[in-house]
Amino acid sequence: MSVKVKIPGALTTVQDAGRYGYQKSGISTSGVMDADAYEKANYLVGNEQGEAVLEMTVFGGTYEFTEDTVAAVTGAQMELTLNQQQVPLNCPIQIHKGDSLTVGIAKAGLRGYLAVAGGFDVPVVMGSRSTNQKCRLGGLEGRALAAGDELPVGKGGKTYQEVKERRTEPREFPALITIRVIEGPQAEYFTEKGKKAFYSETYTISEQSDRMGYRLEGPSVESKNGTDIVSDGIALGSVQIPPSGKPIVLLADRQTTGGYAKVATVYSRDIPRLVQGRPGEKVRFVPITLEEAQKF
Amino acid sequence: MGKMKFLPAGDRAMIVEFGSEIDDALNNQVHVLAKKLEESQIRGVLETVPTFRSLLIYYEPGEIKFGQLQEKISAFGELTAAGSQKKKRILKIPCCYGARFGQDLGFMEKHTGLTRDEIIAIHSSVDYKIYMLGFLPGFVYLGGLDKRLEMPRMTTPRVKIQPGAVGIGGSQTGVYPLASPGGWRLMGGTPVDFYDPDRENPILCQAGEYIRFVPISIDDYYDIRREVVKGTYQVEAVEEGGEPCQ
Repeated sequence: MSVKVKIPGALTTVQDAGRYGYQKSGISTSGVMDADAYEKANYLVGNEQGEAVLEMTVFGGTYEFTEDTVAAVTGAQMELTLNQQQVPLNCPIQIHKGDSLTVGIAKAGLRGYLAVAGGFDVPVVMGSRSTNQKCRLGGLEGRALAAGDELPVGKGGKTYQEVKERRTEPREFPALITIRVIEGPQAEYFTEKGKKAFYSETYTISEQSDRMGYRLEGPSVESKNGTDIVSDGIALGSVQIPPSGKPIVLLADRQTTGGYAKVATVYSRDIPRLVQGRPGEKVRFVPITLEEAQKF
Repeated sequence: MGKMKFLPAGDRAMIVEFGSEIDDALNNQVHVLAKKLEESQIRGVLETVPTFRSLLIYYEPGEIKFGQLQEKISAFGELTAAGSQKKKRILKIPCCYGARFGQDLGFMEKHTGLTRDEIIAIHSSVDYKIYMLGFLPGFVYLGGLDKRLEMPRMTTPRVKIQPGAVGIGGSQTGVYPLASPGGWRLMGGTPVDFYDPDRENPILCQAGEYIRFVPISIDDYYDIRREVVKGTYQVEAVEEGGEPCQ
């Protein structure tokens, strides 16, 4: 069984939970940006968690199936049609051999996730199927999908009958995205005024935002004596402040290390909401203590 | 020994900081801690990233909380002895200085007042310690550059530098593992791939090891490159004292 790419979408890559254990060698984790939508997509088609899906950015493209199966799309609000008939997001879709599924432009949110029963069975490279474009690793030849590609699907997936009752709640896409952050690791590099701006002002997601990081426009986060540090490791969700004072939130394809101070780190449960934010949309940061964040 | 600082990097990572400078002793402590964590297999510790002067530790807060991890690490005690007694593992990296790889050797001569031969002799006489990897896959941050060879980065970085390019930026020297923009001054090229996604082990070297550049001719470069592409080339590794090892 395989899925043929008729139209690839703006940026569609194979992703799973990510590639771990190689950050010490400079290899980013990659993996899905929105772990919440990813988990739901695999649930809807009855996959074990950890199976690979397609992450589709802005618009999804058209995919043809070579056999009967079940598929589902979660995440951004993308219009979904099966052989030109509208079908719903966030629920299992019965697929017959030769069917063509089209995932349209995102009306709200930015990233959609397409799961197929059995998972996309590209080779596991260094423990993961995730595409890392910079390192040309994983996924389909380490690159974004192109028209004419054919993706193998794993055997032993559930049938439509087995999962047809499953549903997940649609995501909400508020006009102002509120994100909880944990202070540090280098909060002491910043003035009280700088931190106050960061926690009280509204920031706009810049056009230069991608899987590596979200650049934000808005008031500068003022530092005491500049933000150059001797390079250290960059955790997922680190809010790095370069000399311009404009925050950059570092995400799945981030560099493993970097030389700018980090005022705060996004709470891991809020990353899915941040990465559905589109350029031009607004973000606000609110502090949460480490103890609160680790209570769950 | 300096005091360790435990800094939260979100709810799933911790930075253990040993200091704020680039310093051999600090870096040793980083690698000793990384090793201890690996050996002790603490439940919930997922992955570590050693850097010049700190260790980033990813962990699963459902298994271990920040405070508990801090206690376990503090209980390790002194982080020096084992690391400093270790033999140096030195990788000999063939490097063709000049030829079509040495775009900035002319600049280097003017900047340092040294001749090209002197620059090459100095650069290839040091065993550079790999303090950390980062920035790009397989990109090594090396310590030990001779002060006479320190030089400013380019004001406008090159748009594309070829993989294998050897250069100097500020007080750093190193190798570009894949095509990348970059601002370092270029002096040579190595036929060896520091990163090759198709190789069984894509990354050539590890933090804590050493690199020595061995000058080769352009003909040697092409001969070695042919072997590298075929997959038959082995980088020579020695341990301090001259004993060969693989």
